[in-house]
Amino acid sequence: MNELVVGITVFVLASFVGFEVISKVPPTLHTPLMSGANAISGITIIGAITAAGLGESTLGQVLGLVAVTAATINVVGGFLVTDRMLGMFRQRRERGRDPS
Amino acid sequence: MTEILYLLCAAAFIIGLKQMNGPRTARQGNLLAGVGMLAATVITLVAEDIVNWGTIAGGLALGTALGVWAALRVRMTAMPQMVAAFNGFGGIASALVAAVAVVDGDVAELPLETTVTIILSIVIGAVTFTGSFVAFGKLQGIVTGRPLLFRGQQVVNGLITVVAISVAIWTLTEANPVGYWILGGIALLIGVLAVVPIGGADMPVVISLLNSFSGLAAATAGFVIGNDALIIGGALVGAAGLILTIQMTEAMNRSLANVLFAGFGSGEGGGPAVMSDRPVKRATADDVAIALGYADSVMIVPGYGLAVAQAQHATRELATELEERGVSVHYAIHPVAGRMPGHMNVLLAEADVPYEQLLDLEQADPQLPQTDAVLVLGANDVVNPSARDDPESPIYGMPILNVDRAHTVVVVKRSLAPGFAGIDNPLFYAENTLMFFGDAKDALEQTLIALREL
Repeated sequence: MNELVVGITVFVLASFVGFEVISKVPPTLHTPLMSGANAISGITIIGAITAAGLGESTLGQVLGLVAVTAATINVVGGFLVTDRMLGMFRQRRERGRDPS
Repeated sequence: MTEILYLLCAAAFIIGLKQMNGPRTARQGNLLAGVGMLAATVITLVAEDIVNWGTIAGGLALGTALGVWAALRVRMTAMPQMVAAFNGFGGIASALVAAVAVVDGDVAELPLETTVTIILSIVIGAVTFTGSFVAFGKLQGIVTGRPLLFRGQQVVNGLITVVAISVAIWTLTEANPVGYWILGGIALLIGVLAVVPIGGADMPVVISLLNSFSGLAAATAGFVIGNDALIIGGALVGAAGLILTIQMTEAMNRSLANVLFAGFGSGEGGGPAVMSDRPVKRATADDVAIALGYADSVMIVPGYGLAVAQAQHATRELATELEERGVSVHYAIHPVAGRMPGHMNVLLAEADVPYEQLLDLEQADPQLPQTDAVLVLGANDVVNPSARDDPESPIYGMPILNVDRAHTVVVVKRSLAPGFAGIDNPLFYAENTLMFFGDAKDALEQTLIALREL
């Protein structure tokens, strides 16, 4: 199989996995799901590093630098803000805190 | 070997998302996905023949600093615009990955399948970038939240699409690098023109769709550089965004095309924004305190007005006081309440409301007829009985919370102004409705004082 066909196969299968895994997320967690998924879309950071690392021309370097910076903001900010949100979700009584 | 390691990272994303299915495991899932991302970054740094270490180190340092600063500083009420901005950064990064392939590669030498994916990556990434930042501007209040429409908009959009397709064909056949830049420019313009006509209350759909696009942009960038981790990660996000998009449009009983192109809420398609002069029952803080304090069960229905007024903590304090009086308190959350999916849940979680008290539409609606008092805080269209009773209404058929079926309804609202859809709400004039005019936070604080004196 050529590379394109393999790529398309991977894409289609991963999409189905995504539909299966995510369709069960309860509405309460929709915002963290979205910002967490958003952080995962920052996987383009590895493309940005590859592009910036190989960049030959000055223009390629500059574009690579912007790409790495933007992708890093997406990744770091995305995971951190998701963690912050999820840290706020709690149950009625946290165990050990309520003597009654 | 490198491919296997990347595959493990992709597996971490899938398991991480899977753990997002429950509030107990969600945080761990996010952490796992983050570890997968860190691992993927390290693998790339080690495995690629990198020459420009300075550029990469600079980008990583700057991006980390800005990302940490933004993530720690943002208020929970501003989460929709934060997610929009992060989406935009992801989109532009993917577009630039493809752009570097044009700048430093010889596009005339590349096979057609690669040039097609380069074009897709640039176009989707650029649309995501400007679309997300227009959405950011609208949510932040920099750009008006009303739909902006101009004469001949559809014609202009049609022409731009025709030009874009022509340029794409020319670029592919002539293998001319200039074509990619023109396409990138057109795509940036399309992103702006596509989001500008969409009103604020439709933002849950727009943000979900842009989220999906940022995933697709990453996946196409994966095709350009031949990396499966990007393709898998991008596809997962594309699917996640699409699921939320569909759920949001279903919650409004509208098609995606209607949300994107109809200019809903501009007053043209919608019904007349006529203010009714029917009498309403005005309530004071004391009236509201009595209605809530002597109820057995209270359902709180939050909307975007709660976020605007930053009233989540005041809401929680009032609820705690009611619970101490023996009142059972729950929250009914409509899927499109607020400006992004789950917006209200995050706000209330910030105010320490336990998630068991947060009910979705299907759970809450059947309980409403047995509820003594409903407290509507800054919500309007999602509790409008016209959606159920009036076939002429533009929102007819939209699933609503039938709060008018409860014994008493208290609506906290700044004025009688119609909601986003520009239509009057019969709920306000109903026999069992008390209108408490004022800012949600002030109103709740006054009610709390009155309740303590009861």
